[in-house]
Amino acid sequence: MVSVAATDNVMRAADGTPLKIKLRQSERLRQLKAVGLVAPLFLFIMLSFVVPIANMLFYSVNNPELVHTLARTAEALQEWDGENLPDEQVFEALALDIKQSRAEKTIGLIAKRLNYEIPAIRSKIMSTARSLDDFDEGPWKDLLIELEPGTWGDVTTWAVLERATKPYTDFYFLGALDRKRDANNDIVRVPDNQAIFGKVYLRTFYISTIVTLLTLFLGFPVAYLLASLPTRYANLLMILVLLPFWTSLLVRTTAWVVLLQSEGVLNTAMMYLGLIDERIQLIYNRFGTIIAMVHIQLPFTLLPIYSVMKTIPSSHVRAARSLGAGPFYAFWRVYFPQTIPGIAAGCLLTFILCLGYYITPALVGGPSDQMVSYFVAFYTNQELNWGMAGALGVILLVITFAIFVLYNKLVGIDRMKLG
Amino acid sequence: MRKTTLFLSGVAMAATAVGLAIAPAQAEDMVFVSWGGAYQSAQHEAYVKPFGKETGINVIEEEYSGEVAKIKAMVEAGDVTWDVVDVDFNTAVSGCDDGIFEELDYSKIGQDPERFVPNGALDCAVGTIVYSTVYAYDGDVITENPPTAIADLYDLATWPGKRALQKSAFVNMEWALLADGVSMDEVYGMLETEEGIARAFAKLDTIKDQVVWWEAGAQPPQLLSDGEVVMASGWNGRFFDAAKNEGKNFVIVWDAQGFDFDYFAIPKGTPRLETAYKFLAYASDPEIMATQSQYISYGPVHQDAIQYIDPAILKDLPTAPENSANVLYVDSFWWADHREDLEKRFAAWLAQ
Repeated sequence: MVSVAATDNVMRAADGTPLKIKLRQSERLRQLKAVGLVAPLFLFIMLSFVVPIANMLFYSVNNPELVHTLARTAEALQEWDGENLPDEQVFEALALDIKQSRAEKTIGLIAKRLNYEIPAIRSKIMSTARSLDDFDEGPWKDLLIELEPGTWGDVTTWAVLERATKPYTDFYFLGALDRKRDANNDIVRVPDNQAIFGKVYLRTFYISTIVTLLTLFLGFPVAYLLASLPTRYANLLMILVLLPFWTSLLVRTTAWVVLLQSEGVLNTAMMYLGLIDERIQLIYNRFGTIIAMVHIQLPFTLLPIYSVMKTIPSSHVRAARSLGAGPFYAFWRVYFPQTIPGIAAGCLLTFILCLGYYITPALVGGPSDQMVSYFVAFYTNQELNWGMAGALGVILLVITFAIFVLYNKLVGIDRMKLG
Repeated sequence: MRKTTLFLSGVAMAATAVGLAIAPAQAEDMVFVSWGGAYQSAQHEAYVKPFGKETGINVIEEEYSGEVAKIKAMVEAGDVTWDVVDVDFNTAVSGCDDGIFEELDYSKIGQDPERFVPNGALDCAVGTIVYSTVYAYDGDVITENPPTAIADLYDLATWPGKRALQKSAFVNMEWALLADGVSMDEVYGMLETEEGIARAFAKLDTIKDQVVWWEAGAQPPQLLSDGEVVMASGWNGRFFDAAKNEGKNFVIVWDAQGFDFDYFAIPKGTPRLETAYKFLAYASDPEIMATQSQYISYGPVHQDAIQYIDPAILKDLPTAPENSANVLYVDSFWWADHREDLEKRFAAWLAQ
């Protein structure tokens, strides 16, 4: 049967191999070449982009601190009813775990991790660990409760211990959403004087939106001018647009400090000219943040619009005018719609870059202008709480993707052009 | 969109290139990391230069701004390139908890921990200086009726104008309560209660719209000399340095000075552990430690070092009797318990 099928109805190459296989071979070679060409960039993006993001995702749910150090306690707590104080067996497990981790010098890590959830428990754990040096035998329950009644005699501590000894946690994500779990394991909102991240996310998107709109408002006429001027003037103007682009972001931001501070150039000039009677606050507030960000982002919005405008033949508007359209009508109905791909690309680029702003708000903004990145940096650098930093980063990433999808629905990525 | 990705990967590539350019130290070298500015210049003169001359060890200096994350990343990656790091009290305590610093063997340092001032010798960090968080004003701006007490920092009626404060709950919470009339020994106890925290924030509220918040230690003297603020909190050595080297007439108000320490710590797993110990032993020698005060007005942590200090300098140190009538001993063990919570509340309060 097989040989019959092979001889029948199959097209063959000159050497007798079926044409289908030949074709597949040459296709595969082409694919390999293509893969070979793309591989370096692909690997690079994987290593420098995808892996760190995956790592960040992992940090935001990973909860390794207590899994091994409090292994006995975690196991003993599985039997616990969650309502009354656990029995002697659980206390014994905890005492042994604490003694062991004190010997292994990991007690600080336990104390620090639990301190995220119960403020001030750190010193209680440290002092418990020190006190336990004097005891080798139980009963442990009464002893531990006597040592730190407010900690080991409180059911809440045990509820936290039960959650915190699991290998994965939603603690950081809940924290980044201003939520936490209460003693009954229900998710509740944190009190207003501790809720902060909701506002920070809103602020991040608000500032990014304002900056994007301002760069569009300021950049569009300039792009139009650049695209319609004769080349030699346009090139000169282009250099002026690009010049700040070649200067370090930090230098440009610091330059704004020099200009805008209350003893700065602008205030002094306005005082001298008698425009103001009292020096006005232009920096360390929202105004300074937005001015500096608009300045830095302007070329990002302008350049895609400009390069799209360059491709629009001037004959289109002339044709519209000759058919009786007024100057505004011709611009609005014929010219403007053709610039939308550039506007879409420029605005998206600026908006997404704005979301990640860190150093500019830190230098020229006030405390109520700090965006999400500030807190990511704060938890990464200052607090060494990488779980929290990861959770904040992941939420920003998810919201950005959501906006991107929405944007795609409204504008269409395929309509976007960078030039 | 693909171009955007390309752009971003270009940025990432640039970042990697910068990372690669920083080559690790060779075996006979060691890397010493501190806070830069006037402080690190003083350390360079007092420790790094003579130590290099005496031992032939080439000390490479780097600067940081307290980003412990770098140390944690090095330790976790098992590729430690920093050998001795100058850390503050908070970091010395929490870094020890995190297991990112070597536990110190004081016999290798050659000093008895008992001879250091209280809290001057910790498990993972050996003290180097005492410094103070104080506030200062420009004597050329406030010429008559100068402020003298911590409450004056909050007195906008008598001394109108902006204040520069550190963007952190640290010391600000204590000062707010002290300025509100709480006695020194009740401060930390009160900050453990909701009422105490609310009271501190209520006091801070009274000057909130007049505050410029600083983050780097070099900012407060700068803000003062720019005339941006009339009073600035900061580290006493930075004001001293601006007065000494830039001819500024900065006057320090020592009332309720936040007395604190800086330490040297060794990141865990450095391949140059013995060299690092040699450096610590050198820098902890009382006679050597005393030389640092010549360059910046920070006091020594070793009690035996005080006798070697030039009496002319003593009056500018936080430990001078005329400066220490009313001292806030910053309790970093307390802060290790409460920082996470209070800093978050502080950030929430700032953003209101």
